Amino acid sequence: MMMLIPRTETSTGWQIATPIMAVLATMITGGLLFAIMGYDPVAAIRTIFWDPLFGPAASYSRPQLLVKAGPLILIASGLAIGFRAGIWNIGAEGQYIIGGICGAAVALAAYPGEHWWLFPAMIAAGAFGGWAWAMIPAMLRNRFGASEILVSLMLVYVAQKVAAWMAFGPLKNPEGFGFPGSRNLQQYPSASNPELIAGTGAHWGVFAAALAVLATWVLMSRHIRGFHIRAAGLAPRAARFAGVRPETLVAFCLGLSGALAGLAGIFEAAGPAGQITDSFGSGYGFTAIIVAFLGRLNPVGILLAGLLLALTYIGGELAQLTMQLPAATVQVFQGMLLFFLLGFDLLTRFRITRGVPA
Amino acid sequence: MGFPRYQNNDLTKGTNLAETAVFRAERIGKSYPGVRANDDVSFAVAPGEIHALLGENGAGKSTLVKMIYGLVRPDDGQMFLMGQPHHPADPRAARAAGVAMVFQHFSLFDALTVAENIALGMENPPPRRTLSDRITQVSHEFGLPLNPARRIATLSAGERQRVEIIRCLLQNPRLLIMDEPTSVLTPQEAELLFATLRKLAGQGTAILYISHKLEEIRAHCDRATILRGGKVMGSADPRAHSARELAAMMVGGQMREIDRSGRVAGDVLLQMENVSAPAPSAEGTALKGISLAVRSGEILGIGGVAGNGQEELLSVLSGEVLTRPGSVTLEGRDLSQAGPEARRLAGLLAAPEDRLGHAAVPDFSLTDNTLLTAGGRKVLVRNGMIDHRAARAFAEEVIKGYDVRTPGPGTAARALSGGNLQKFVIGREVMQAPRVLAVNQPTWGVDAGAAAAVRQSLLDLARAGAGVIVISQDLDELMELSDRFCALNEGRLSDPRPTEGLTLDEIGLMLGGAHGMAEAQI
Repeated sequence: MMMLIPRTETSTGWQIATPIMAVLATMITGGLLFAIMGYDPVAAIRTIFWDPLFGPAASYSRPQLLVKAGPLILIASGLAIGFRAGIWNIGAEGQYIIGGICGAAVALAAYPGEHWWLFPAMIAAGAFGGWAWAMIPAMLRNRFGASEILVSLMLVYVAQKVAAWMAFGPLKNPEGFGFPGSRNLQQYPSASNPELIAGTGAHWGVFAAALAVLATWVLMSRHIRGFHIRAAGLAPRAARFAGVRPETLVAFCLGLSGALAGLAGIFEAAGPAGQITDSFGSGYGFTAIIVAFLGRLNPVGILLAGLLLALTYIGGELAQLTMQLPAATVQVFQGMLLFFLLGFDLLTRFRITRGVPA
Repeated sequence: MGFPRYQNNDLTKGTNLAETAVFRAERIGKSYPGVRANDDVSFAVAPGEIHALLGENGAGKSTLVKMIYGLVRPDDGQMFLMGQPHHPADPRAARAAGVAMVFQHFSLFDALTVAENIALGMENPPPRRTLSDRITQVSHEFGLPLNPARRIATLSAGERQRVEIIRCLLQNPRLLIMDEPTSVLTPQEAELLFATLRKLAGQGTAILYISHKLEEIRAHCDRATILRGGKVMGSADPRAHSARELAAMMVGGQMREIDRSGRVAGDVLLQMENVSAPAPSAEGTALKGISLAVRSGEILGIGGVAGNGQEELLSVLSGEVLTRPGSVTLEGRDLSQAGPEARRLAGLLAAPEDRLGHAAVPDFSLTDNTLLTAGGRKVLVRNGMIDHRAARAFAEEVIKGYDVRTPGPGTAARALSGGNLQKFVIGREVMQAPRVLAVNQPTWGVDAGAAAAVRQSLLDLARAGAGVIVISQDLDELMELSDRFCALNEGRLSDPRPTEGLTLDEIGLMLGGAHGMAEAQI
């Protein structure tokens, strides 16, 4: 009979191995799924994981990697800090949407004036919007003990409604021939977030993501605040004894992750998306949860995981185009990835032995 | 020191209790690693008797009843129920044999009704309507008013206990075990409970009643078996003896006289004035009007049975819980509104009881664990940035100074033995040269050698001019260390008495709450 025995120390080897195992298992299961559906599994996997980088159309899809990975990494870096402390912000998608709206609103208020300060002001407004949206669950948890998981998640749906309202109402492009959606910020030089290095897809948001990885690494491994966050996640009473006030920590972690999600939102609204539409939220906020866990809540891991998840986005689209795979493929892949990761995670904390129950 | 010993010599009432007893234990023993929880325990419970199991925390009461209820198996000895050998493999077997138990903490589902909860605990629940009728009938019979359709969430603690009792009564038990049942009850509810128990006993059910509340046992129990250190100290009719005598048996008498020289009581360092704090949780204890003062060079000992506010008292000292302005002052400086880190910087340090998870983060290395309390005072953190090298050096200093047996400062706290981690935790605080150090249970679960080292370091700290507060359940330890002694009882602190000349009887009564605080207990 197989038994699970708790490990006395968490295994570092398995910590690195399990994400890789999860990716491989996702590929294999995905391949089987494609075979059952009547597609060539090898071709499908190659189209999703290989062709975006090295295939015939790679020159188009390669820059997309950074475009997609940027917001994922930016958001996941913030989420991981809260997750380390046991504070579960599931609503980054909502904070991303509100951040985008706030930043875009600043730009649209200044339209059509050209000012050097406009773009920095938009970034500040985006971060503020995400922060403020995240402070709602923070305050409700601190004041009434409401679950930040539920509140932040529910606020995503509120944010989506706000986005629709903005796209049809206050932020609607007056010269848009009645179509919903704001003016396109890409065509407004002071407000646009262009590709900075041609052919790479790198816009300001990508640099912000790189900076976030660096900053969160310093925070978590060198700063006392990061030490307190780790302590609170592992032993809340010990953290309290050290002098951490739980309320402060909740506000800090939700606020920081909200601000980073808001930043991702405004970089997207001013760059790749270009405008606020009713479908501005594109799922980055949810996918970033997978990125954070796949990256083991570690800044470097998140960097790699963000790139991988970005690859599944691009590869999935490519597979839709070239192989007519269903559009849900990407979501299925991302879901499987998280599923396998959590499953294999057991191996970092337990080892499997054969034996008889005691 | 001479105090009366009550052996099983008043079993001679004409009947042979060994044959008529509902329950009988013969030479029961149980060991856990490092602890002999029960040793050679023999006693008998007669039909219709309310039999008290009396003892301090750690005396072995819980282990004993867990064996009777099939939760733990004895290593040696025999048990008999109604004359038949009783060796239940699990609680289900114990219940089938006629043993029922009401636990201190209830296992009820808040969202379900009384009847639904009771049905869940039954092996073959009857149809819901029959069950409801039975519940109503039993609750009337025993004077335990309870509506089977009520939701648990709407019930008080006393009413919840009634649900547990009725659940037991529906099994028609021969032996009913009650684990500290009055700890959650109001005085009125407790009276009702005793009336019920009396009625039940009148029908021939034997009741085993666990408690350390002397007055309660004297008022309501027919017989008491006293446990100390896992052994039966004697059996007595509690009504025939004073609380003082019972306390003496419960607490025991191996108190050592020790040399307290070398320390001079100086100025008052820490003062707490009329500190009250609400209970942090349903199981916690509220602090009620606690005042104390600690002088330089002095060790203040605070005794008491666990769960009387020890943890709560430490948390108002450490700054985890803040109290009314002006209520906690260190050398004249008001610290009542200062959090743990500010208090440490001012010189008030603390070491909580729970080593793993409170005083230390189990998964952190010893180096990281120094940062938990010494970051500011030992300047291991500058402008928020951690100086890992300095932290490591301090961890090594503590390991060396306190003989902590570990491969090195990189070892995780959870990998250390209890004694070694305790030495580390105490060392971490003492080496920060506090003005006042408060410790809770400094030697709990620690081997004798490590315990001696910890006690010695506390004495040395006081000798160097600091004030020390030792909260402990170990009376020997308190007698050995403290200059003044006070007892914590249901969140109240008694007036301190000089330890010198304090008799065992007096200590027992201070702990039991029967002295000077009787009116406060109502």
